[in-house]
Amino acid sequence: MTVEQHLARLEAIVAELESEHVDLASALALFEEGVVCLRAAAGTISEAETRVKRLRELADGAFVVEELRNDA
Amino acid sequence: MRRRTGSDDSPSLFESTRVPVPPPPPREDVLDTFPGSSPRSAIAVSTLTQTAKDILEGAFPPIWVRGEICDFKSHRNGHWYFGLRDRTSQIRCVVWSRDQRGIPAAPDDGMQVTAFGQLGVYPARGEMQFSVRRMEATGDGLRRKALEATRLRLDAEGFFAPERKRPLPRHPRRIAMVTSSSGAALRDVIAVLRKRAPGVELVVVHAAVQGDSAPLELCHALERVARWGGAELVIIGRGGGSSEDLWAFNDERVVRALAACPVPTISAVGHEVDISLCDLVADHRAPTPSAAAEAAVTSRTEMSGALRALRRRMVHAIDERLYERTSRARAGAHDLDAATSDVIRMRSQRLGALAGRLNALSPLGTLDRGYGVARDALGRTLAAVADFAPGESFVLRVRDGEIDALVTGVRPMAEEE
Repeated sequence: MTVEQHLARLEAIVAELESEHVDLASALALFEEGVVCLRAAAGTISEAETRVKRLRELADGAFVVEELRNDA
Repeated sequence: MRRRTGSDDSPSLFESTRVPVPPPPPREDVLDTFPGSSPRSAIAVSTLTQTAKDILEGAFPPIWVRGEICDFKSHRNGHWYFGLRDRTSQIRCVVWSRDQRGIPAAPDDGMQVTAFGQLGVYPARGEMQFSVRRMEATGDGLRRKALEATRLRLDAEGFFAPERKRPLPRHPRRIAMVTSSSGAALRDVIAVLRKRAPGVELVVVHAAVQGDSAPLELCHALERVARWGGAELVIIGRGGGSSEDLWAFNDERVVRALAACPVPTISAVGHEVDISLCDLVADHRAPTPSAAAEAAVTSRTEMSGALRALRRRMVHAIDERLYERTSRARAGAHDLDAATSDVIRMRSQRLGALAGRLNALSPLGTLDRGYGVARDALGRTLAAVADFAPGESFVLRVRDGEIDALVTGVRPMAEEE
């Protein structure tokens, strides 16, 4: 999942926890899932250089994403 | 006329005898029969105009001429006819339909223009005629006219409507950038992403951003991005330049290709003064490529802040639920009223706004771990002791089915008092 998806899921979880429509058992399950999402998102954020690639189309119409040389 | 007055190669006999009609020398013969030099060698009108045309075309290579447009007519045969004049003179001009591609828009009477073409003769009228192949108006008048016409057309089709604008993904992992791979715009975007964005991949899709081939290259690049389908966001743009350098971003084909982009778009044409049509059709307009990169990604700091805030809310919410469990026993019948309170409505609206992703959440996972859900005959969840009355029946949903059950007694837990 992308950070975007993790965050969206987290927001949905929090909103549901706050909505008071969920029974306690579901709330606890949501909480557990939220903790997993938090860890994953935090991990992705701390990772990571910006990678610069370029898109190349092959003769058969397939695409490859390859390293861009000479980038600034 | 040169007359023969005797020469070394003539026999002296003729000199002395004064022959009245000297034998025609070869040179005079030519002059007398030269086309048009005598009634007998008169030439046809078409020969005259054709000769004049040949001479004019030979004397004038294609040239730029400046003047004011007058009597412009777009004929139904597809050609444009008009005059080009200054205070004392005028020349008739034509733009053949096949040459109109090189001219942004039809000129208007009174426009000051420079026209590039070939001077010749229009044989049917015997008039000088200037065949124009390119034209530029003072102050970009023609391009602006063409731009305005395109803008109105696209606007009428709804391309610039605010409701077409899509929200940008807040944390895109893969961003495609359609630009020149050797341009300043790309360097600026990379610099900002490196500084701000955690774990973003920038995929460059090269296209010329100025020159005659730019519009088509930009279209092809956008179309490749769409077919590839790997980007969550597209930035299209170039570094600053003169407004002339930015015309490719006003090309209708490019604007349509950008509008057709399946993922949200940011236009960063790098010109604060002129807004391009790409700027208008993109989901987000950035004044410069650096600003586009900033709009495209949330900074690491902001993102960590957002995560911390979510964690706080989540912990707070679960605390409340645990606490609530005790109060719900007392609340009992008030639940229904509470459900209609503004707070609840507001929260469920927010829940709705946060998308249908919730559908993915199934309570079955919880059941799998050994929990059961008790419901009454109306399907309401029975969550607290107060919800059960001895002697009443209820349904217990477990992992693999339902159980009809009867309340034989209730025992509130001591710590919940």
